[in-house]
Amino acid sequence: MEKRRVVLTFPYQLIDQPITYHLIRDYNLVVNILRAKINPEEEGRLMVEISGDKKSLDEGMDYLKRLGVSIQPLVKDIRWLEEKCTHCTACLSICPTGALSVERKEMKVSFEKDKCIACGLCILACPYRAIEISF
Amino acid sequence: MAKTISEINEKIKKGEVIVVTAEEIIDIAEKEGIERAAKKVDVVTTATFGPMCSSGAYLNLGHSKPRIKLGGGKAYLNDVPVYTGLAAVDIYIGATALPEEDPRNKVYPGEFKYGGGHVIEDLVAGKDLKFTALSYATDCYPRKKLETWINIKDINEAVLFNPRNAYQNYNVAVNLSRKIIYTYMGVLQPHLGNAMYCSAGQLSPLLNDPYYKSIGVGTKIFLGGGVGYVVWNGTQHNPCVKRTKRGVPCAGAGSIAVIGDLKEMSPYWLKGTSITGYGVNLTVGIGIPIPILNEEILYYTTVKDEEIWAPIVDYSEDYPLGREKIIGEVNYAQLKKGKINFRGKEVSTASLSSYARAREIAEILKNWIKEGKFLLTEPVKQLPSTNSGIRLKNLKERNLD
Repeated sequence: MEKRRVVLTFPYQLIDQPITYHLIRDYNLVVNILRAKINPEEEGRLMVEISGDKKSLDEGMDYLKRLGVSIQPLVKDIRWLEEKCTHCTACLSICPTGALSVERKEMKVSFEKDKCIACGLCILACPYRAIEISF
Repeated sequence: MAKTISEINEKIKKGEVIVVTAEEIIDIAEKEGIERAAKKVDVVTTATFGPMCSSGAYLNLGHSKPRIKLGGGKAYLNDVPVYTGLAAVDIYIGATALPEEDPRNKVYPGEFKYGGGHVIEDLVAGKDLKFTALSYATDCYPRKKLETWINIKDINEAVLFNPRNAYQNYNVAVNLSRKIIYTYMGVLQPHLGNAMYCSAGQLSPLLNDPYYKSIGVGTKIFLGGGVGYVVWNGTQHNPCVKRTKRGVPCAGAGSIAVIGDLKEMSPYWLKGTSITGYGVNLTVGIGIPIPILNEEILYYTTVKDEEIWAPIVDYSEDYPLGREKIIGEVNYAQLKKGKINFRGKEVSTASLSSYARAREIAEILKNWIKEGKFLLTEPVKQLPSTNSGIRLKNLKERNLD
């Protein structure tokens, strides 16, 4: 089993297509939708965690590309701006996955992109606006 | 073996001074004992870096031609209102001031992206700020309107003057209600979802000098990356709270008012702060040297996180309604582990005060002293202590009719 967190961008003509359904049924993938934003006049964006065996995942991704869906790793959409972080730890108790954590000896905060589910709770909790999500 | 501040200053000048941080002294005293440690160590550095809302700066902008009288008028820095009730071109920018058009909490929770704290950070960073003012004309000050860019390097004075900083201990905030709340202590999840604290604990200045035996009016300090002074007790200075056997207050107690030349400070140590649903603020870095004049003063600096207890307060109801209710107590060693057990629940903890930055300040101040760049001062007046009889007053509201 492999897991990929990606942001899918759908062009205008695709936003009414049941693409997630096909990913699940035709490619046997587990699709977990983390965030979705579809504006009929613009493009659609879907933040998803897709899991399955490597072959199915690759085929599923090829299917999306053939349709004209652009695929971008989730990590590009979430940024922890280290230069703005004061290592206060205000984000820690609110982060549900432990993507933001502190090394207790040094008391310095770090961010593990792979653990982040882009819930956005930390954005409200950070007094220095050191976390940005562009979605 | 008592030492004097002038003796310590002589050692600083000769490069013979022994300086350690309030963290390092704990181990030294444990290994060598109080008596030997007090002989050996001359100065202990303490520090804190956290949001301190009673902060601000006064500026003298220089006179325009023709002259304008800002006093009695209205003025703004980057659209943030400044206080003008002073002389013609003196203004005060407070950390919590907000632009008039900021939506505040109309769209709840408000974001509070920019305000007084950010203006101060930008000013210190050397950025140009938009200054606009409207006033009334007089025979000697005929101008009614002024719009210009200002820069810290071009104005006469820029002085950070904070009426209440470096609180000696503070509440631990929790939320007992069923909905999320946005407080000055951060985002609090419902049903005791998290606990927020705000103190550097064993590194914090006033927790290392609980009875204000060395920190007083005139004490020279690290302030915002530059040099400052303690000028008075802070507002709401409340020394007569419950204390532990070793004198550590079990709640918010003392505080200090501080001053320093903003032109010599740094935006790394003065940060504009946006507290969701609450407002803006300024996070201030403060470091205070404690001269080890005797064993008693040294003993107080050896305080450890596990010996400092903070009150747990409910911010969903008790705090907003002004009930002085403490629902539990916890020490900073427990808080710093990231989880506390409270009311049968494991509650995750987080801080608004940066321990990593406080540590950095304590090290910087230590090096300034070791390198002979920073001499200690003798306080000219003591801060009110436990014998002062001070009782914090609530506002007595009276009917205007």
